Amino acid sequence: MENKNISDVRREYEQSNRRKNIILLASIVIMLIAGLYFVTLGVADTTFSQVLSAVSAWIGGRLNDGSPENINYKIIVLMRLPRIAMAIVAGVGLSISGVAMQAVTRNPLVSPFTMGISNAAAFGASMCIVFGTGAFFKSELGIICCAFAAAGLCIALVSGISSKAGMGPETVVLTGIALNYFFSALTSAIEFFAEEYKLAAVVQWTFGTLNGTVWSDVFFSGVFVVVCTIIIMSCSLKLNTMASGDDELAESLGLNPKRIRTVMCVASVFMTAAVISFTGVIGFVGLVAPHIARMLVGNDHKYLIPFSAVTGSMLLMAADAIGKTILSPVSIPVGIVVSFLGVPLFINLILRQKKGRMQ
Amino acid sequence: MSLKVENISFSYTADREILKNISFELNQGETLCLLGPNGTGKTTLLKCINHLLTPKQGAVYINGDDVAKMTSIMRAKKIGYVPQYNSNVFQMNVVDTIMMGRIAFAGRKIRTEDKDIVFDIIEKMDLENFAFKNISEMSGGERQRVFIARALAQEPEIIIMDEPTSSLDLKNQMFTLELITKLAHSKNIGVIMSIHDLNLTSLFADNVIILKDAEMYACGKPHDTLTESNIREVYGVETAVTTEDGYRHVRLLR
Repeated sequence: MENKNISDVRREYEQSNRRKNIILLASIVIMLIAGLYFVTLGVADTTFSQVLSAVSAWIGGRLNDGSPENINYKIIVLMRLPRIAMAIVAGVGLSISGVAMQAVTRNPLVSPFTMGISNAAAFGASMCIVFGTGAFFKSELGIICCAFAAAGLCIALVSGISSKAGMGPETVVLTGIALNYFFSALTSAIEFFAEEYKLAAVVQWTFGTLNGTVWSDVFFSGVFVVVCTIIIMSCSLKLNTMASGDDELAESLGLNPKRIRTVMCVASVFMTAAVISFTGVIGFVGLVAPHIARMLVGNDHKYLIPFSAVTGSMLLMAADAIGKTILSPVSIPVGIVVSFLGVPLFINLILRQKKGRMQ
Repeated sequence: MSLKVENISFSYTADREILKNISFELNQGETLCLLGPNGTGKTTLLKCINHLLTPKQGAVYINGDDVAKMTSIMRAKKIGYVPQYNSNVFQMNVVDTIMMGRIAFAGRKIRTEDKDIVFDIIEKMDLENFAFKNISEMSGGERQRVFIARALAQEPEIIIMDEPTSSLDLKNQMFTLELITKLAHSKNIGVIMSIHDLNLTSLFADNVIILKDAEMYACGKPHDTLTESNIREVYGVETAVTTEDGYRHVRLLR
């Protein structure tokens, strides 16, 4: 083995960090360009330059000036762009939630959905679809509000029960799993009594789709995702310690592991609830995007968090594009496609990593 | 630096005491070894000193300040801890692992001065060639060096080590203990470690505490505490203890 001196090591460390920053920046640019490309895909043919023109017309306030081109522009700005924006917001939210949850529970199998959040949201939505009366509860907004409220109830239950039992990593996971089954049973009970057309609506909601996303959805989810991302990113150094050792080690290094676990869990599930209340259940991203990013940049959360966010967004955008085009004009929900796309990609990365180690 | 442990008692349940009235002092640059059979409360005592466990009674003072009244950040700046076990999930490379020792000082962002300290320790611990290796891919001895380095990155006044040689081969046992005692003397750090090997204790300890049935059975210099009668009483085995080159040598008899 070649003997290194300490100045070489330090230089290599700084270079490696610089390289990761550049790759991250490049990935974000590629993600945005890919997003704009995915906007061109759909039933109505659109070119890349039309997308750019539509965006410039929108920014310039010329979208409603009555010219014939503006119908296409409106499709782009009001239907396709919010859909892509939601894919990015959802990808960021779900994957960063996954990273934070895996770190504070020290469990690679945990995702935000382990906390029961998806089944709670599905329960809220089902309640609204099946039993909702009045204009509000029969509206899309009513379903979103009910899903979010039920997810909020789940957050309160998980943190309340876990903190009473000491807020240990196993307690959080087990409480989440128990609530997962509880809300799943409640949803099944509602489905059992639901009329056929309402049952279809409930099942449709659980598929997870970006269809029909409007800018207000993106804005609402986006605010939650940005705030929670800032909170989680600001703890990246602490997450390194939480993920790599037990609570005693974290405490001996000056951390308060119970407080960090509570803050991370609440931020993660709020972020997830804010996404899936609008999109329905998109389950796979929160589990797999962090692991794909781990294989690329390692376990340092300073880089793992942003790389997971980019990976999750790319995965969702690609899944949505495939779902939109593969059986066009029928659009397959992104929640289904993302698993079909993510599993082979994930397995391929595992095998390549194993092969690399063997060599 | 001075550490004073005063009348520490601890129990997990009401009917069984794990520690009873343990008191001792440790001065700067000293190495103190905790001996005793399994289950006598060595790890519990180490955790009580670091306030990872709250004693039922008694107190621990560093330079006269009560450890129980310190925040975890204040404690981390005074006490470095090398645990017996380390989780193997989501491990990082050597540099990032040692960098964790600076969290209490750095807060949210690692500063240049934190990096200076970390790279200085990497050099002192002879870890340059492993700097970017993931610690899950390292041998037990290499990993132990990294964990000691992380504790040293805290620039502590005291280092607590729970069985630091338990999973190491002979060469690495010698290397680790030589390293830590040398650092203790050169940086004036007090070291407390639990250990099972009586001969290594004799070689490296300035003082020894022997625990038996939750109580302090003996305390003093290795020469005075590592005796045939003490070992018989505490461990229930017969030994022949001789003195070679000024060190106690313990040989098991059967």
